[in-house]
Amino acid sequence: MSTSLVARFGTSVVKKVAMGVTGLLLCGFLVSHLLGNFLIFVGADAFNLYAYTLTSNPLIYLAEAVLLSIFLVHLFMATKLVIENKKARPVPYYSKQPTGRGATIASSTMPYTGLVILIFLVLHLLHFKFGTNYDTTVDGVAMRDLYKTVIEYFKTPLNVAWYVIAMAALSMHVSHGFWSAFQSIGFNHPKYTPCIGTLSKVFAVLIFLGYSALPIFCFLQGGQS
Amino acid sequence: MSSNNNMSLKLKVWRQENEKAKGQMVDYSLEDVSPDSSFLEMIDQLNEELVEKGDEPVAFDHDCREGICGMCSMMINGQAHGPESETTTCQLHMRKFKDGDTIAIEPWRAKAFPVHKDLMVDRSSFDAIIQAGGYVSVNTGNAQDANSILIPKTDADLAMDAAACIGCGACVASCKNASAMLFVSAKVSQLALLPQGKVEAEQRVLNMVDKMDELGFGNCTNEAECEASCPKAISISNIARLNREFLSAAVKSRH
Repeated sequence: MSTSLVARFGTSVVKKVAMGVTGLLLCGFLVSHLLGNFLIFVGADAFNLYAYTLTSNPLIYLAEAVLLSIFLVHLFMATKLVIENKKARPVPYYSKQPTGRGATIASSTMPYTGLVILIFLVLHLLHFKFGTNYDTTVDGVAMRDLYKTVIEYFKTPLNVAWYVIAMAALSMHVSHGFWSAFQSIGFNHPKYTPCIGTLSKVFAVLIFLGYSALPIFCFLQGGQS
Repeated sequence: MSSNNNMSLKLKVWRQENEKAKGQMVDYSLEDVSPDSSFLEMIDQLNEELVEKGDEPVAFDHDCREGICGMCSMMINGQAHGPESETTTCQLHMRKFKDGDTIAIEPWRAKAFPVHKDLMVDRSSFDAIIQAGGYVSVNTGNAQDANSILIPKTDADLAMDAAACIGCGACVASCKNASAMLFVSAKVSQLALLPQGKVEAEQRVLNMVDKMDELGFGNCTNEAECEASCPKAISISNIARLNREFLSAAVKSRH
């Protein structure tokens, strides 16, 4: 009797693979988003032009739809896994101690850091993508002054603090998620796995430093745009 | 033999009449425990006292008491097989504890491992997974000459490492998701690495994973608590192999 590929989508292994693959793709988005946003350091015109070039391309809708789908698969699978995993141990332990040789703070808080990232994402889109719309002209082309929106938002220290805290959660999430994705898709080899583990930590630190630099830089501009 | 080093212990033991009864942690005091006794001998000592008093002794699983049968499954102070790495409960000695210590002893907790009585759990879910494919079919004939099938030493070693699994269930017990991935991955790996096992490799991995999911084990989140708690130090690299084997079989298999 033949079982179709679709019927295998619900198995534990495929669920893990879906988490890993979508997670790695989202890591890719983190890198491209960060590199694009570094244009804030260059100046208002460079940043606004970058945002304008992205949003004026009709393919942006396709790109956004793909990104949203990847994110929704990651979110849906995560929710499903958390619910199933809770059901797998209906009676809790009287006492449960980590061995200290396996789980880390990052690995055991994945659902919580994930939740912080989800809340952050919604607010992030509301503040910037769907935030106040200012107008500007760069080289005679009328476009949105996103730079002003960003600088204005990060005038408030509380907004900077929340951003940095959310980035710390993101950093912890990817520090486990990055290497974990390779393990889930079956990529484990004595030559490469230790490197991936190190790379995972380095990637997490770079993501934290890179993204935290943005609001701090904006704050230091003192609301001058 | 009694000596001055003997310990007094406070025990908190899970007592449960049967599968349906509601259990609870019960406090016991135990005097004169030799540091040279094993953890199971300490429970034997407690049971002797309970029997003398006319109480019901604590039911627990045990068989070989030399660390190879995988029966002595219990959570000791929140850790599967206790605090020592690569050690089964029967090989854990009381010298690892201090005089006056409080020790909490519980059964494995998982939906797929229902508690029979006290510390005894029903691990027949593992048997069901093995029955789904954890074997090599040898239908007829004599054993072949030992050297007629060549196996690289590295593959033989990896298969042997995976085959060290004693099926005790510590991986499930220590996993926060009660996942059986380490057990299944060891049983898939020990055969998938060898030519004799490759014949049925595709069907084996598909059937064993399907059975594991059906029995209500949780999903792996790559935290490696299983590897850390495993008395035989089975590596989570086996889980990666299981994932590879499963994905390739799901795509290629005609079944």
